[in-house]
Amino acid sequence: MNYSRNPLLKRRAEGFKKGWYKFSRNPVSVLGLFFVLTVSFLAIFAPYVSPYPTHASRFVNFAEAGQPPSLKHLFGTDVFGRDILSRVFFGFRYSLMMGVVVLSLVVIPGVVLGLVAGYYRGTWIDTVIMRTTDIFLAVPPLILALAICSVLTPSVFNAMMAVSLMWWPWYTRLVYGLSSSLRTEFFVQAAEVTGASRSHILFREILPNCVSSIFTKMSLDMGWVILIGSALSFVGLGAQPPIPDLGTMVADGAKYLPDQWWITIFPALAIMITVLGFNLIGDGFRDLFALEEV
Amino acid sequence: MSMLKFLGKRLALSLFVLFGLSILIFTISRVLPGDPVRMALGSRAPQWAVDNLREQMHLNDPLYAQYYYWLAGAVRGDLGQSLFTRRAVIEDVREFLPATMELALFAGVIMAVFGILLGAVSGRYSNTWIDNSVRIFSYIGIVTPSFVFAILFLLLFGYVLNVLPTMGRLSPWIARPPVITGMVSLDALLSGNFAAFGDAIKHLLLPAVSLALGGMAQEARITRSTISDNLRKDYIASAKGFGVPERLVMFKYLLKPSLIPTVSILGLDFASLIGNAFLVELIFNWPGFSRYGIHAMLNKDLNAVSAVVMVLGVIFIIVNILVDLIVAWLDPRIRLGAERGK
Repeated sequence: MNYSRNPLLKRRAEGFKKGWYKFSRNPVSVLGLFFVLTVSFLAIFAPYVSPYPTHASRFVNFAEAGQPPSLKHLFGTDVFGRDILSRVFFGFRYSLMMGVVVLSLVVIPGVVLGLVAGYYRGTWIDTVIMRTTDIFLAVPPLILALAICSVLTPSVFNAMMAVSLMWWPWYTRLVYGLSSSLRTEFFVQAAEVTGASRSHILFREILPNCVSSIFTKMSLDMGWVILIGSALSFVGLGAQPPIPDLGTMVADGAKYLPDQWWITIFPALAIMITVLGFNLIGDGFRDLFALEEV
Repeated sequence: MSMLKFLGKRLALSLFVLFGLSILIFTISRVLPGDPVRMALGSRAPQWAVDNLREQMHLNDPLYAQYYYWLAGAVRGDLGQSLFTRRAVIEDVREFLPATMELALFAGVIMAVFGILLGAVSGRYSNTWIDNSVRIFSYIGIVTPSFVFAILFLLLFGYVLNVLPTMGRLSPWIARPPVITGMVSLDALLSGNFAAFGDAIKHLLLPAVSLALGGMAQEARITRSTISDNLRKDYIASAKGFGVPERLVMFKYLLKPSLIPTVSILGLDFASLIGNAFLVELIFNWPGFSRYGIHAMLNKDLNAVSAVVMVLGVIFIIVNILVDLIVAWLDPRIRLGAERGK
């Protein structure tokens, strides 16, 4: 693209190039990116790349049930004779969807509340917002999410809602810390003196300086949310069979341990690879932006 | 700020948080679709029995009145009846909590001690093979769900090697030591029954390690990065230059200040450890509070679910106050009660 006409865009493009260069010098981050891209590719094109796409839902073939890994079924088959490899590919879809939906629901409200509370530090607005986050953070998110899921009908959708309801305070708290220290910086004071509006100060002066931290946290959180989602479906409060969710698959397979280990081990490895990918990228961002607080 | 003032302020805030948490969990537990009483009594129970129980539990009153009854009871230690164990919830708490505390404390000690140890060694010898293996271990620890560790350990030590017990708290042929604290290992130790103590520790090992690994990896990672940063600082070089013994430099001048970030997240890691206990206790059939909690959740046992969340809320508040006190002891600059996060 030609950015030469617009100096701001040009500078951004150059900054991005520099950032990518630094990011790509770190082999560990690149490995993470590779994992994430592979998992996303397999998830998006699951119906085309999996050897037995029909095995993702209700499918029974007892003639091939419980087979160990072979060339025909690289990850073996489960007790219904379904190909685990195909189900893992489809399982990536639910894991990624969990992360994407939850983060897209929580980041905006969480960040806005944090910005506002930090800017109005010491006033009643700060007190109301931050004490509310204290309440939500008083118990680990997994337990409250479990409690919410338990009163709802278990489903992928409800699991996402439950985790979202528990997750926004982490962003509020992160941005609160940043915003309450940024508001005393000279550039914010300069904007105040020139009569800039509140929303200009919050979203144009303070927010851009929080973006790198928010981005890094989002990348790490993709991993955490996927872990929590898999935990919910592991106990049966998330995705319901025959949905090929990785957590559900681990739980189902656990009944057939130790003889049919492949039913459990491969979905478990799939969860680990996905979470690892996002973690490595998050660490790469953290090094890139030289952050400490995320 | 004096210690007492700090504690007073923290306690006041804690009470507020608990009050908020009670509203939150009460709202969650009462907006559910479906009738918990009908579920508890079964579909064949006569209508009058359902009506009676509803009346008895104040379920026909408006929400704020229900909340008032519930809170008034909770303050007196009456958390209502469990719809499934048919006992007062507070009795269930008393019965099941010690087992989880035993497991969580044991796991917490493993997490903190080994996490700090691994991190310190890794930071001290950074960029050697020791460091690299610790870092790989940390990644594995962080990305593996604790229920996967639990299943793998069950498989490896319980079935393949068959060296450790995988179910419950004591072997059936060993008599339970008299109840003093409710924690079997501690009770055995206190009553001098070393056979039972060894057996209890063996039972603790697998679930505790599966719970500890995730947090351990986090602790190791943070300790490593602070140690390797501080190692490069001038004050260490000058201490060495003055001829201060290596061991003194390492433990007093390097390790102690480097532990501050690690300890600060200990509370958070302990909290997620108890969260994960909900799954791990299920896998190892550990008769604890978390397993009770998950059964309550799966059965829509309202009073029990609320009680579980509230009790855990109290525990985490205590843990966080303890963590703050330890951090203040480690870092004299952090005045108690001074604004954190600056």
